[in-house]
Amino acid sequence: MTLVPLAVAVPLLAAAALAALGHFATPRFDNLVAIATAAAVTVLCVLLIFRSADETITYWFGGWRPRNGIAIGISFSVDPLGAGIAALAGALGTAALIVCWDYFDERVPQHFHVLMLVFLGSMVGFALSSDLFNMFVFFELMSVAAFALTGYRIEQPSALQGAINFAVVNSIGAFLLLTGIALIYGRTGALNLAQVGQVLTREKPDGLVIVAFTLLVVGFLTKAGAVPFHFWLSDAYAVAPAPVCVLFAGVMSDLSLHAVARTYWDGFSGVFGGDAEALRAVLVGLGVVTALLGGAMAFVQSSLKRMLAFVVISHVGVFLAAIGLLTARGLAGATVYVVADGLVKGALFCAVASVARRIGHTDELACHARGRAIPITGTVVVLGGLGLAALPPLGTFLSQALVTDSAGRIGYGWLPFLLVVATALTGGAVLRAAGRIFLGLGPARDELLVAAPPGEEAEVRPAPRAGALLWGPALALLVAGLGLAFTPGLAGRAVAQAERFVDRPAAARETLHGARPSPVPSRSFAADADNYAYGGASALAALGLAWLGLYRRRIPTAARRAAGRTAGIALDRLKLLHDGVVGEYVTWLTVGAAALGALFAVLLH
Amino acid sequence: MSFLPYALAAWLFFVGLYGVVTSRNLVHLVICLGVVQSSTYVLLLAIGYRTGKKAPIFTSGVPVKVGAVDPVVQALTLTDIVVGVTVAALLLALVIEIWKRSGTVDPDELRRKDT
Repeated sequence: MTLVPLAVAVPLLAAAALAALGHFATPRFDNLVAIATAAAVTVLCVLLIFRSADETITYWFGGWRPRNGIAIGISFSVDPLGAGIAALAGALGTAALIVCWDYFDERVPQHFHVLMLVFLGSMVGFALSSDLFNMFVFFELMSVAAFALTGYRIEQPSALQGAINFAVVNSIGAFLLLTGIALIYGRTGALNLAQVGQVLTREKPDGLVIVAFTLLVVGFLTKAGAVPFHFWLSDAYAVAPAPVCVLFAGVMSDLSLHAVARTYWDGFSGVFGGDAEALRAVLVGLGVVTALLGGAMAFVQSSLKRMLAFVVISHVGVFLAAIGLLTARGLAGATVYVVADGLVKGALFCAVASVARRIGHTDELACHARGRAIPITGTVVVLGGLGLAALPPLGTFLSQALVTDSAGRIGYGWLPFLLVVATALTGGAVLRAAGRIFLGLGPARDELLVAAPPGEEAEVRPAPRAGALLWGPALALLVAGLGLAFTPGLAGRAVAQAERFVDRPAAARETLHGARPSPVPSRSFAADADNYAYGGASALAALGLAWLGLYRRRIPTAARRAAGRTAGIALDRLKLLHDGVVGEYVTWLTVGAAALGALFAVLLH
Repeated sequence: MSFLPYALAAWLFFVGLYGVVTSRNLVHLVICLGVVQSSTYVLLLAIGYRTGKKAPIFTSGVPVKVGAVDPVVQALTLTDIVVGVTVAALLLALVIEIWKRSGTVDPDELRRKDT
C-alpha cells in the first residue's frame, strides 16, 4: 500500500536533493544518484505490477477516503497495466541515465539530472493517477521538464526552435485538456474518473459531454503525437540529446494513449456505451492515418533521430488503433505493445547515442559504411528494426497478434493488413539505415531522403571510446523488449487484466465503495497461423522495403519513373507540410480539434 | 449566472489562438499563449461561482451561513497560474537565446535562415 506514493515521491525528492546539494558533488556523483533513483523506481513499479494483480490498489492522499460512494479526496489507482507502463518509464530512465555517463563531453550541469528525475517522477505519477486534475498536474510537470530537456543544447539554434515548437503546441494542447476538465467538473462536480463515470452513466451524451470528451482526447493526443497534432514531435526529438530521446520515444507519447484509454473506460464508457461503434470507427481511423503517415515519413528521413521520431508517430497510430477497437483484447495488445515496442525504441535511441559518440554524426548518408567498427551497436539496430516490424515470435509480434485477433473478432479484419504496412515501413526504414551505416550497402547519396537542416546534426564530438556503457543499455533494453514474448502466460494475463480495466461498473464499485473485486479470470492466448502470417509478412516486407531503399536503381527505369510521378508528388507535399513554423502547427491543431469535435457531434447521438 | 464569463473565456481563447497562429514575433507569441491560458482561468472561476455566496474561507467558531463559492476550481486556477508562469519563463528564456544567436525573433525569418 505504502509503495504507491513512494514510486512518485522517490524521484521527486531525489531531484530536490540533487538541486539543493548537487553542485557540491561531482557530475559523476550526481549521475550515480540519478541512476540509483531510476533503478529504485523501476523496482517499485515492478513490485506494484504484482501487488495489484488481484485487486486495484487505490491510495487516497492524506487518507481522504470516499464517503458514501462520493470521492472527496485525490487518489492514485494502480492496476497492472498502468504499473507496467510506469515500470517501462523507470527502466528507460535507468538506461538513459547510464548512457549519459559516457555520452556527454562537457561537465553536465546538475540541473540536467534534476530535470531527468522530475521528468521520470511525473511520468510515473501520470501513469498511476486516476483523478483528472492530478493527471493535468503531472502532465504539465512532465511537459515543462521535457521542454527544458529538449532545449538542453542551448548553443544550437535548432534546439531552441525545437523546444519552442514543442512548448507552444503542447501548451495549447494542455489548455484544451484543462478546458475539457473544467467542463466535465462543471457538469459532474467530480474530478475522480470513477466518480465522473458514475455521474455520467445516468446522463445522455449531450453537446457539453461531447465537447468535453473531444477536448480531453485532443489534449492527450497532442502529447502523443497523433495526426494532425504531431508536427512538433519530429522537431523536438531531432534536437533533444539522444539519452533524453530514449525516454521521449519509449514512453512519453504512449503514456498519453494510456490516459485516453483510462479517460474513456473509467469516465465515458457508460455514457457513450450505445455509440461505441461510431467512436471505434473514428479512433481506429485516426490511428490508421497516423500509422501510415508516420511510416511513410519515417521512410524518407536520413537523420536517424528524425526517422525514429516518425517511427514513434507511426507506432502511436498503431497503439491508438488498437485501443480504439474498444475491446479488452485490443487494450491488452496495445499495453503489451507499448511496453515491448517502448523498450525496442529505447534501445534504438541508445544505439543512436552510440553512433553519435563514435562517428560524430547521426545522419544515415553521412555515416555510410562508417559504422563497421561498432558491430554490437549495428546488431542492436538490425534486431531493433526487425522488432519494429513485429518479427515472430518476438515481443512486438505477440502484442500485434493480440491486436490482430481482437480486430478479427469485431469485424475489423482489414485493420491488421494496414498496420502491417505501417510496421513494415518503420522497420524497413531502420533496416535500410542499418544496412547503409553498419554494412556500407547501397549508394551514399539518395535524393529521396530528407536531409536534416544544417547545424542540427553535430551534437557531440566523435570520440574513439564507445564503451559498454553506450551499447550495454541498448542491448539490455532490446533483449527485454524482444524477450517479453517468452514470459509465460503474459498475453493471457494481460487480457484478463484488461477485462478488469474495461469493466467500468465493477471498477467504480471497487474504487468508491471499497467493494472486494471478483477474482481475476484466467485467460490464455496463443498466436495462431494467421498471426504468424501477418508478423512474417511484416518482417519480410520490411526487408524488402529496406532493399528497395538501398537498391532502387536496379529497378527498370520505366517502373521507377511511374512510381516517382505518383508517390513522389504526394511525398513532396508531405515533406513540405512538416517543414513549417509554429503558427502552422497550431493551425493544424485547431483544425484537427474542430474536425474531431464535429465528427463526434455527428456520430455520438 | 450570466453567460458572459463563458463568452469571455471563448473570446480570450480564440483571440489568443489567432495571435499565436499569426504571430511574427516570438515574444508576442508567448504573450498570446498567456492570453489563451487566461481563458482557462475565467472558465474555471465561472464554473465555481455561486451568486451571493462568500469566499471559501472558513475559520473555527464562525458558522457558515450563506455558503461559499467552490474552492476546488480556485485551487485549480492557482495551479494553472503557476504552470503558466513556469512555461512563460522557460519560453522567454529560450527566445532570448534565439535572439542572441540568430539576431531575429521572427519565426518566418528563422525558418528562412535554416534553409
